Amino acid sequence: MDAVATGAGNNSLPCPGQAQRDGLCLHSTAQKQQHQPTPPLGRTSTATPEAGAIGRQDRKRKWVGGAGGHAGGGAGAAAGSGAGAGDDAGRAAGGAAAAASARGGRGRRLPVPHAVGRRPAAGGSVDKAWKELSNILSGIFCASLNFIDSTNTVTPTASFKPLGVANGTDHRLLRYAVLPREVVCTENLTPWKKLLPCGSKAGLAVLLKAERLFHSSYHSQAVHIRPICRDASCLAVSWELRQTLTVVFDSFTSGQGKKDWSLFKMFSRTLTDACPLASESKVYVDISPKNKEKQLLEVTPTPTSVHEAIVQGDKTTYAVYDLLSPVLFNTSRSLNVQLKWKRPEDSSELSTPIMHAQRYVSGYGLQTGEISTLIYNTHPYRAFPVILLETVPWYLRLYVHTLTIITKGKENKPSYMHYQPAQDRKRPHLLEMLIQLPANSATKITIQFERALLKWTEYPPDPNHGFYVSSSVLSALVPSVIAMKDVNVEESPLFTSLFPSSDGSSYFLRLYTEPLLVNLPTPDFSMPYNVICLTCTVVAVCYGSFYNLLTRTFHVEEPSRGGLAKRLANVIRRLRGVPPI
Amino acid sequence: MAAPLVLVVLAAVTVRAALYRSSLAAFIAERVEVASPLNAWKRVVEGLALLDLGVSPYSGAIFHETPLIIYLFHFLIEYAELVFMITDILTAVALYLAIQDYNKVVFKKQKLLIELDKYAPDVAELIRTPMEMHYIPLKVALVYLLNPYTVMSCVAKSTCAISNTVIAFFILATIRGSAFLSAVFLALATYQSLYPITLFAPALLYLLQRQFIPIKPKSKSFWLFTMQYAALYLCSLVVVICLSFFLLNSWDFIPSVYGFILSVPDLTPNIGLFWYFFAEMFEHFSLFFVCVFQINVFFYTIPLAVKLKEHPVFFMFVQLAIISIFKSYPTVGDVALYMAFLPVWSHLYRFLRNIFILSCMLIACSLLFPVLWHLWIFAGSANSNFYYAITLTFNIGQLLWAADTPHVLEHFHVWMKRMFTSF
Repeated sequence: MDAVATGAGNNSLPCPGQAQRDGLCLHSTAQKQQHQPTPPLGRTSTATPEAGAIGRQDRKRKWVGGAGGHAGGGAGAAAGSGAGAGDDAGRAAGGAAAAASARGGRGRRLPVPHAVGRRPAAGGSVDKAWKELSNILSGIFCASLNFIDSTNTVTPTASFKPLGVANGTDHRLLRYAVLPREVVCTENLTPWKKLLPCGSKAGLAVLLKAERLFHSSYHSQAVHIRPICRDASCLAVSWELRQTLTVVFDSFTSGQGKKDWSLFKMFSRTLTDACPLASESKVYVDISPKNKEKQLLEVTPTPTSVHEAIVQGDKTTYAVYDLLSPVLFNTSRSLNVQLKWKRPEDSSELSTPIMHAQRYVSGYGLQTGEISTLIYNTHPYRAFPVILLETVPWYLRLYVHTLTIITKGKENKPSYMHYQPAQDRKRPHLLEMLIQLPANSATKITIQFERALLKWTEYPPDPNHGFYVSSSVLSALVPSVIAMKDVNVEESPLFTSLFPSSDGSSYFLRLYTEPLLVNLPTPDFSMPYNVICLTCTVVAVCYGSFYNLLTRTFHVEEPSRGGLAKRLANVIRRLRGVPPI
Repeated sequence: MAAPLVLVVLAAVTVRAALYRSSLAAFIAERVEVASPLNAWKRVVEGLALLDLGVSPYSGAIFHETPLIIYLFHFLIEYAELVFMITDILTAVALYLAIQDYNKVVFKKQKLLIELDKYAPDVAELIRTPMEMHYIPLKVALVYLLNPYTVMSCVAKSTCAISNTVIAFFILATIRGSAFLSAVFLALATYQSLYPITLFAPALLYLLQRQFIPIKPKSKSFWLFTMQYAALYLCSLVVVICLSFFLLNSWDFIPSVYGFILSVPDLTPNIGLFWYFFAEMFEHFSLFFVCVFQINVFFYTIPLAVKLKEHPVFFMFVQLAIISIFKSYPTVGDVALYMAFLPVWSHLYRFLRNIFILSCMLIACSLLFPVLWHLWIFAGSANSNFYYAITLTFNIGQLLWAADTPHVLEHFHVWMKRMFTSF
């Protein structure tokens, strides 16, 4: 789970279209990754069906400010590899989910619950409130968020801003924490579903059965909370709860090699009706044509309407199924959305996202290592800045004098850098940098670290598995290749929150890199008693020798004739022919 | 005697310069036996980089050097290699001059005892001639400069060399008889690494002897001089600490430097006994054993002062050995300092019982350290116990050496005077 609370920052990137939407956003994203064969690097979405993004919205008037739940499937949410939607008016969940979904196909475990919470509480009580919040969330969602403490919490200065209505905040009130070792499982899904008004009994949530959802390549859950204006006059503020669920089904490899899918195939269930408490209940299917030719794919049944928009710089067409419209269930009791490809798909290249990144650990042995982050800007002619936030646990001692940023072979100096070194067993490293990415370039950021030897009680039960380093966060305003129309946020607030697109020519993107797995040198866990004994023996040898020296007294010894035993011994020796004592 | 010393210095400089230019420099700088969390060069550079970034170097857990070192290297960072070579040379020259003076004192005393007929008749062969005593200072400088431990310490640019220089100057000032300079250098040495505070006792004893003040609790001049010396020492210490405060305008350095030395939070392996002990210690007893181990350094001072009050310089040597064995983050640089004194008492070594075994132990352990480290950390075929075992053996060897030599010294002097017969 991760909760992100963003604080306002005057020096950070502007959040376009956010004038009325700034506020507190608390969202939990839990991601789970099944073991899959590793697809080629950087192109994780080639293994997943490209078309067929599904977005669903349940708008419940019961919640003040509205609540949305959506499950995303396929690469539509991912928009290519490595991209994720940003932390804007409710985009955060989709962003975090999509960003991680890009990593999904790697076959590596990607459990990244992390929590960021902001409490507008005074000064020193922020930490107390933070601890309370993480414990409460841990209880509500059955997630191990109670392991969040000062050793994995940081206070970023520039990467996060508050969403919704807010008066502007001090970044010192912001907290950000990640638990990279925790996994998302059924126990987290059940309380998440319980927050929905209809539960999983009616509406879109009937599809969310654990056995199918966790049988996927990627899974992410998020809960966002932010204050928004109750109406246009903005006299009162309400809390908006937005729940998102992102799942990546890999029907291409698990199916018969065809990219066709249907709701029944994915969820083994179909939709029967809308939730009676919902004011809006829609299914969006991405049917954007690849080239300008006629349709390659076909969706059944006929959608109630077709909607066109520019999402993250790409022109997309959505087929909309409105569950509340009476015409939808006329022909059959249940709705099973199906997508078929009319002719076999040629090996068409997926477009690379404009910004994508990867991170890895290099070096050999258990003494030192190096963390490298590669950020790619594939825009043909526009350069843009990106904020990189790295949180490294204290037992990997970073050496900031070894930090190098290289773009196109030359050194690239960050225009803003905030570094807070770690304190042993108290807080982790925090590194935030604003880096300019030139057009069509790859930037490599490397920093060396030293691995610490911990006390034997500080190792997890499986110490040779390694220690996780949480993902680094990249936030950027990415310029889009296509000029985008200014979307009216008021008209379709949930659509814009689901499929983010902001003003004119750029959209906000928040990217999460892979978490890293690092091995630390281990002591021998079977030896505490032996070690204590041996070391104390050495110290005792020293003590004994000095004691001997300091207390020995020399005394006069007369050469005595010897006692009876000695005389007898001398007699025997003389008989043997050996010199006497 | 200057010419041979210059030759030795030149040879030492050549060896160091050659190693600096070779690829071994990076390898040696990484070795945990040579660079500890307290004095590694990498951490000095890191601290200066943090200062450049506007962050206090003491806000993290990487930098544990004193502010005066920051001050020194802020200006001299470009010439770091030169600085370390010069510190080594200064140490060697200081030791040379100190031992030269000391030998004069020893020879005079021996002459006095011979004239007073205090020696037993059959010790003629044990009386030291001026000839053999002539070369001892040169041998000391040679042993210090060309000791592989010192060379590695210098090539790794470990700030232990600076510590050693300050201690060497302290010894020189003490033997020359200047109480003021001795107090100042002792304060600097304590400021740098805390443990040299135990050298207060031998220095005091030596200075009292030099001034012919009897070491009796009833004597007024004894207390007067002690108070004077203590006051000089404490004032210099306070001055140095306040200077450090004004450098960075905070008292952060005290927990970062002295708190770190005393509480041993960083368990990076080194040649000492602490790291594995505290890696395997139950949390409940951690504080207790930290206290016990730290007391070990300071604990032998008073008893040794009582026993070795006639041989204060030897007492200093034994105390230096105890410091370098029991300090919280020892390195081979500390071992090199007390090893430099070995030629001074070379007349005792024929009486040492275990000299061969101990020398073999020390040499074998020094060679095995990098091998077992590689096996543990890089090859993965050994585990931490192997390295720990070598640590234990090395420390036992050092301890037996350090504990045996006072025995032999006592025995030797008693034998010479035949006042009592032992055994």
